[in-house]
Amino acid sequence: MELTSTWYLVLSAILFSLGATGLLVRRNPLIMFMCLELMLNAVNLTFVTFGNELNDLGGEISVFFVLVVAAAEVVVGLGIVVAIMRRRSEATADDLSVLRG
Amino acid sequence: MQLVELVWLVPLLPLLGFITLAFLGRRLGEPIAGWIATGAIGGSFLASLVVFAGMVGLDGEERIVEFKLFDWVSAGDFNVDMGLLADPLSVTMILFITGVATLIHLYSIGYMHGDPDFSKFFVYLNLFAFSMLMLVLGDNLLLTFLGWEGVGACSYFLISFWFTDEANASAGKKAFITNRVGDVGFMLATFLAFFAYGSIEYGEMFSGAPIAQGTATAIALLLFMGAAGKSAQFPLYLWLPDAMAGPTPVSALIHAATMVTSGVYLLARINPILAASYDWGPSIIAWVGLFTALFAASIAVAQDDIKKVLAYSTVSQLGFMIVAIGTGVYVAALFHMITHAFFKALMFLGSGSVIHGMHDDQNMKRYGGLAKLMPITAGTFVVGWLAIAGIPPFSGFWSKDEILVGIYDNSDVFANKVLFVLLLIAALLTAFYMTRLVILTFFGAPRWRDEVTGEAWVSSDDELPLRHPHESPWLMTLPLVALAGLALVAGAINLPFTSDLHFLENWLEPSLLGNEYHVGAGGGTKLTLAVIATLFAIGGIVAAVKLYLDKRGGTGPDAPAIVAQGWGYDDAVSNFMGGPGSKGFDGLAAFDSTVVDGAVNGVGKLVQFDGSLLRKLQNGLVRSYAALMAAGAIGLMIYFLIVSA
Repeated sequence: MELTSTWYLVLSAILFSLGATGLLVRRNPLIMFMCLELMLNAVNLTFVTFGNELNDLGGEISVFFVLVVAAAEVVVGLGIVVAIMRRRSEATADDLSVLRG
Repeated sequence: MQLVELVWLVPLLPLLGFITLAFLGRRLGEPIAGWIATGAIGGSFLASLVVFAGMVGLDGEERIVEFKLFDWVSAGDFNVDMGLLADPLSVTMILFITGVATLIHLYSIGYMHGDPDFSKFFVYLNLFAFSMLMLVLGDNLLLTFLGWEGVGACSYFLISFWFTDEANASAGKKAFITNRVGDVGFMLATFLAFFAYGSIEYGEMFSGAPIAQGTATAIALLLFMGAAGKSAQFPLYLWLPDAMAGPTPVSALIHAATMVTSGVYLLARINPILAASYDWGPSIIAWVGLFTALFAASIAVAQDDIKKVLAYSTVSQLGFMIVAIGTGVYVAALFHMITHAFFKALMFLGSGSVIHGMHDDQNMKRYGGLAKLMPITAGTFVVGWLAIAGIPPFSGFWSKDEILVGIYDNSDVFANKVLFVLLLIAALLTAFYMTRLVILTFFGAPRWRDEVTGEAWVSSDDELPLRHPHESPWLMTLPLVALAGLALVAGAINLPFTSDLHFLENWLEPSLLGNEYHVGAGGGTKLTLAVIATLFAIGGIVAAVKLYLDKRGGTGPDAPAIVAQGWGYDDAVSNFMGGPGSKGFDGLAAFDSTVVDGAVNGVGKLVQFDGSLLRKLQNGLVRSYAALMAAGAIGLMIYFLIVSA
């Protein structure tokens, strides 16, 4: 059995859905972060797959951009999470709603 | 580099003076602040002389130099530069503005001596000079309007300079508000000019395609409305007599020599618009000017306050200039503006010197016999008096005669011969009230007692006021002498004899773009008219001497009270504005606050309501935002699937 692009795309879709579902159902900010990373990497996988399929380096290059953005986002996001955890160690994402309109 | 390009220095120096004094004035104090201000405007005068010299070296058409500093307003098709326009007209203006202003700054150092707000006075004076120079040098209507409002604001500050006195403060307000009425006309004219010409820059407006006659008439009359406010024409002249509440140098500089002539300047500047309008447009201008000249002259006859006489006289003389504008003899208007600036500034400063000597009393009925005690003031004042009365060879004779000849000759103006005769009567009244002022002040018997010796010259039932008149210090008499010299010889800048002697006319020609009305009458007619005008002037003088020169201390017959009160016009306006007029405007204000503001506020309320519904979505829960995003993504996906299917 040959591993065609379809397999990769299906895997990517599964990973993405897992991440999205996790993001929606979990309330621990750290876990939500991990789910977010999962979604980003699912997208990366699609990029690489299509890059390979279409013989276009653009796909691989996009992955680097996504990685850089994800790294920057983790730095900021984790900083915020740590700052919150210091104040209220029991806090869940739902408790942090002071910015409501 | 051409010398003309130094024109930016002219407004810059007073601006620097203003900024310096605004920050450091109080620390520098008297008299250094005054000297800095005088130095700034004096430097500006020197710069004007350099520009003038540079322009003399250029040929006719090259004398119009536009000097763009930077983009000012830029919105779509609407572009306004901060640009200066140096042409014979504006250079003439800056020369006499900076010249007279320098002398008056000098005089003020003496006059304001000991005032607690000494430095503040010079801050305003320099700001005024800057605004006035921007007004005449601006190369578009908007920049002129900026200067226009600037001089208006400075006029307001300076009229109510001694604001602790209620009367001074309300005189300032009156001047400001009356001017705003005229400003409406100016603004409407600017809008209309932009729609008609596509530009409000003088150069582009007057070189482009001609506009419809009706539009030109409308623009011209709206600008005249603005000019009537600034140049105190009927029905907006009301503020000028009250403006005499300010310090006397202010009356001389702003309310006689410079600011009040800006309306005349504006109308001369837009001469192509006047030329393009229907004949009845300029005719209206000429007739309003005439009415003002006659009306104000009649009121001046009945005033006892020395500054009020001069104020109504200024209104009347401005009327003469407006008549000249309406007639199309712009050169005569500007000629009279220049000579008037000299002799009226001279007489205002002279009156200041008298008031100074008479313990701030301004009532001429308590003056008399001052010529012996204040010889320089009296001598220079006599020059001013003969100049305004129109006695040859004093400057006023030449300029007034030009206007009279022009109106006699130009039959395009409605009923010009009638206008001519009425103007002659105004000239006669001018000679009459001026003679009355001079006699009551400087001649006749003193109607006061000497404070030191207790000596009295006339017997009186009432107690005579104690006075000790004395000549003013050199700082105040020096400008008087200089102005008297100018008032004496200024007629030489435009002698009527041969066309080579029309210096001012030849000089201004490029600015007037061929719109000047040239008098067709021959030398004989002109001579006859000059003789008639002189006879009228002498008649006025003789009549006043007969009535008012009294060695026994009488003050001559009084005019009816209604004349002294300005024919009741001022009161009528006050009563109307205080009564029915005020109610009407309250109605308009109510309309504004309910209907106009209601519409604006209604839009705001609507948006607020929408917002209050939408803000519920912003609940602060990260997961709900994520859910919404997911829902949106799924929705988009379904949409694309359906569209592509």
